[in-house]
Amino acid sequence: MKTIVVISGKGGTGKTVVTGSLAALAKNKVMVDCDVDAADLHLLLHPRIIERHEFRSGHTAAIDGDLCKKCGRCLAVCRFDAIKPDFSVESFSCEGCGLCSLVCPHGAIHMQENVAGEWFVSDTSYGPFVHAKLGIAEENSGKLVAKIRQVAKELGEKNRADYVIVDGPPGIGCPVIASLSGVDCALIVTEPTLSGIHDAQRVIDVAGHFHIPVKLVVNKHDLNHGMTSRIEAFCREQNIPVIGKIAFDKTVVASMVEGKTIVEHVSGAIKEELCKIWEGLKI
Amino acid sequence: MIISIASGKGGTGKTTVAVNLALSLKNVQFLDCDVEEPNAHLFLKPRIASQLKVHVPVPEIDEARCTYCGRCREVCAYHAIAVLPPGPAKEGSILVFPHLCHGCGTCSLFCPSKAIREVDKEIGLIEIGDAGPVSFIHGCLNVGEAMSPPLIRQVKNYMNPTKTVIIDAPPGTSCPVIAAVKGSDFCLLVTEPTPFGLNDLILAVEVLRKLSMPFGVVINRADIGDDKVETYCREQNILVLMRIPFDRRIAELYSSGIPFVLEKTEYRGQFNAAFNLIKQETAK
Repeated sequence: MKTIVVISGKGGTGKTVVTGSLAALAKNKVMVDCDVDAADLHLLLHPRIIERHEFRSGHTAAIDGDLCKKCGRCLAVCRFDAIKPDFSVESFSCEGCGLCSLVCPHGAIHMQENVAGEWFVSDTSYGPFVHAKLGIAEENSGKLVAKIRQVAKELGEKNRADYVIVDGPPGIGCPVIASLSGVDCALIVTEPTLSGIHDAQRVIDVAGHFHIPVKLVVNKHDLNHGMTSRIEAFCREQNIPVIGKIAFDKTVVASMVEGKTIVEHVSGAIKEELCKIWEGLKI
Repeated sequence: MIISIASGKGGTGKTTVAVNLALSLKNVQFLDCDVEEPNAHLFLKPRIASQLKVHVPVPEIDEARCTYCGRCREVCAYHAIAVLPPGPAKEGSILVFPHLCHGCGTCSLFCPSKAIREVDKEIGLIEIGDAGPVSFIHGCLNVGEAMSPPLIRQVKNYMNPTKTVIIDAPPGTSCPVIAAVKGSDFCLLVTEPTPFGLNDLILAVEVLRKLSMPFGVVINRADIGDDKVETYCREQNILVLMRIPFDRRIAELYSSGIPFVLEKTEYRGQFNAAFNLIKQETAK
């Protein structure tokens, strides 16, 4: 079983659109959406949720107003500005270290476990799909990513799947690192813009840091031919295979509005290119 | 006035709106807080006057003093310290996992043998400069680092309250976004009229309502997709500050790193009108 993750560095380059097409093209796989704080793949795959689980992670301080003597010890030690001058806790600033509860001389602070989100195992017409919803303004998205990757791996092994295909988050921080760890290949989807190139290079460096093989797709390649050539030259230098170039096309938005993957919505050049990308990924 | 620009979904045009807004207003300080993938410098092309390395504190153990009592491991909420006590035939040892450490300082405070001191670990860089009349600051997270909020908080320490501060936030709805937008007077959410744009706009609106922060929406590429974003904003009584139509020229300028108000100067007036609406909203 091989695991492929689709990432980009920059947001909005077309990760989910490409991943959705892979869902339609790949046989015998498990799909995963690791962009847990702004998940979109479900809008194309239309999951029927079979299992729903709470994701418990981390703690938040709670101050008992009856026991609190307002001595200020907690305020002095908290490094996250999570305790307000009126001795209430600003929950979205609290990182759950517990230092305040340890130093409180009156036993007025206890740490409550967070329900930081939910994760789901679903059935779709494309096969099993593991996805999640991080609670609003919650942290520990990396842990939630690791959790659903583990669930998808077990499900894939049980089903004797050939692939686990992961839609990754933007950026290079903790959820991206959790999405990349131990995968067989990272597919970078970028666009021919200065920002797209800049961000793709950074996420390629992250993949390199963790020794993950990388392949690349240029989306909307005809928007700026000069930039596309720069991306191709960079990839040649770095020995990164460019396995596809998708043209700018308004039908891509139309398919999204219809809630369909592009390969099911249109025929012609874009569909052929996506089939070629899947062939290039399979090797 | 501090205005942050956020979005939920990536690639909707946060940096485009932030940069063009900054170039349309007077007396602006620009903070790029998308430290995982900072891009605003590609458009503003600032002259960087100073660079500072950013560090977080992580524990360092003096094994000569350590008694392997395990107190540090007990108090660490992040499992960033492992302690192997000495056995009959082996010496004890203690391991620190810096990438799990949040720098809270609990372990050093509670070590009974005073064997833990905090040392600096570099996580990224802050660069400060000027892009014409715009004061410019950005943070850049080192590749391989997982935690961006400490760097974002340090970038924000350089805010100059005598200016109109524009903060370019990262995408998403989790801790890096909160770190970037917290403390702003107003948040401008950039979206696009597609199902993905709407789905992620709804999440971003939930974040701002939880933070009790006033906000408004800019609809980018306003004439593609469908009308569900407009309907949602109307039903939720959300102020739409501006609509930017899809324009291949704007996309081309963006791809080459050129802020579009430099060529399409008529948009300066629209950005000023949006800014005036923001001033009215925050005065309420």
